[in-house]
Amino acid sequence: MSYPEGLTIAEDVPGAARATEPGRRHQELVEIERPAEIEGLMTINMGPQHPSTHGVLRVVLDLDGERVIDARPDIGYLHTGIEKTIEDKRYEAAITCTDRMDYLNPLGNNLVYCLAVEKILGITNEIPKRAQYLRILLAELQRISSHLVFLGTSAMEIGSMSVFLYCFREREKILDLFEWASGARMMTSYIRIGGIEQQPPDGWFDGVRSLMAEMPKRIDEYEGLLTHNPIWKERLRHVGRVSLEDAIDIGLTGPPLRACGLAWDLRKTMPYSSYEEFEFDVPTFTEGDCYARYLVRIREMRESVKIVNQVLDRMPGGPVLINDRKIVPPPKEELASSMEAVIHHFKLVTEGLHPPVGEVYQAVESPRGELGIYLVSDGSNKPHRCSVRAPSFVALQGLNMAAKGHLVADMIAIIGSFDTVLGEVDR
Amino acid sequence: MVTDAGVEAATETAVVADHPAVARLRERFGDQIIAMVTFRGETTILVERESVVEVCAFLRQDPELRFNFLSAVQCCDWLGHEPRFEVVYHLLSMERRDRLRIKVGVPETDLTVPTMTTVWSTANWFEREIFDMFGITFVGHPDLRRILMPDDWEGHPLRRDEPIGGEEVAFTS
Repeated sequence: MSYPEGLTIAEDVPGAARATEPGRRHQELVEIERPAEIEGLMTINMGPQHPSTHGVLRVVLDLDGERVIDARPDIGYLHTGIEKTIEDKRYEAAITCTDRMDYLNPLGNNLVYCLAVEKILGITNEIPKRAQYLRILLAELQRISSHLVFLGTSAMEIGSMSVFLYCFREREKILDLFEWASGARMMTSYIRIGGIEQQPPDGWFDGVRSLMAEMPKRIDEYEGLLTHNPIWKERLRHVGRVSLEDAIDIGLTGPPLRACGLAWDLRKTMPYSSYEEFEFDVPTFTEGDCYARYLVRIREMRESVKIVNQVLDRMPGGPVLINDRKIVPPPKEELASSMEAVIHHFKLVTEGLHPPVGEVYQAVESPRGELGIYLVSDGSNKPHRCSVRAPSFVALQGLNMAAKGHLVADMIAIIGSFDTVLGEVDR
Repeated sequence: MVTDAGVEAATETAVVADHPAVARLRERFGDQIIAMVTFRGETTILVERESVVEVCAFLRQDPELRFNFLSAVQCCDWLGHEPRFEVVYHLLSMERRDRLRIKVGVPETDLTVPTMTTVWSTANWFEREIFDMFGITFVGHPDLRRILMPDDWEGHPLRRDEPIGGEEVAFTS
């Protein structure tokens, strides 16, 4: 798919023929000289406190005038040793650590971790349908809220302050829904091993439904502010181009990969948690530039709304946790009347889970791409190793490739368009 | 036959792999393939350290297998077992929608692995992270520096014998 029709500046804004020829700006910038051959190269730090880096990212730039010759990301400022901490926690306690990796996608992190533990326990197929559907619903709400942060912050960095306020208005409503269900806006830990922590409260689904009824209009609003906006297009089109071969070689996934033209979405291609039962499209563009990445995310929000609406219509009743007392503690009422329940409860609280010896790799489609967990069990009640494949970590490797030859001001658009979350990069 | 802590332990609950890559690799590499295990539907192939790059390059090029994407390179420390470390490559075939795990053992006496950056660029930062966290050197890596920890940091935090906590905390009584 190429850009929607009528999206060239010349057609939208009569007389605005400044940058009409596609690729003109790009053509200017290719074939730059090598650093060694350039006299007076300037090396500067962008970050670690630069507001456009979405966290604490330092990029060392080699500049020829205002042109970027080399961009070397330097990471680790937010390293908190989450993988090490997880090795010291029991399986069920480590869920709280996963919240803190990608702080724009805590429910997605909960989901991938719980799916990995369930896989190693061999109970993937026993998760109740209601829990699976709720997980999809939560993950899609989270995807919308994450894309809203991308849209708001990257637009603000490029100079469109109002979009930020529009986006955070809706994001706030989604976080309110999370708070209503789980008690926490961001560090939810709502998805648990074996299902969902508890049934969502009364009226919660109506809240989701009314927000979803509103969302398409809101997305139209954002698009009205940005998609055909000449400044927005001038800043994003033909900036930060990545070819499909390079994207696969460097390991890009998620919206940056789909912006290069490959419809690779784990929800569709390797479905988990019953995603295969729902209808949705995987939006792709072939340009591979910042504007394509923006359009992919806008389309994905619309698809997420579609998925949430389907889930709401087909939400089955029943429990949200599996009925296996070796994995999930018994309900509190039973503790007063059943000795067996007390024993199960005691064993789970004092010892926890003991998955068999083995290793699994579980990946989900986070808003940023393939979020994978490699979980190794040595048979004890703590993960022997829980290694995270963070999509932002990989995407930052592609920063230099995308930034080479562009101007310093374009760096801001490029970093924004990769939508990296430094909490996840550094873990 | 080189023993491997993870694979050896996992065989208790696993069956021998019947993945299509298994036969192809046996035929092509013979005794370079040490062991194969299927656990929860995922296939792990343990190969000799020296030939891991060739094995992965073959898996990438082979028209029947087409593992075109490297999802991640990760490492696991089995302190007290021999070989102590395992470096794990998570391969993905986008066309066949299939995953495969390639594993090499790294003994503590010789902490080197040939670099995978010649096959996939994405291995670059993963290998730097393993170098930083476990102290394994990737021979031929273009830019092997610490990535997450400060350059002057001593030790490798994710090794099992590095204590968790253990740093002095300021302002406690």
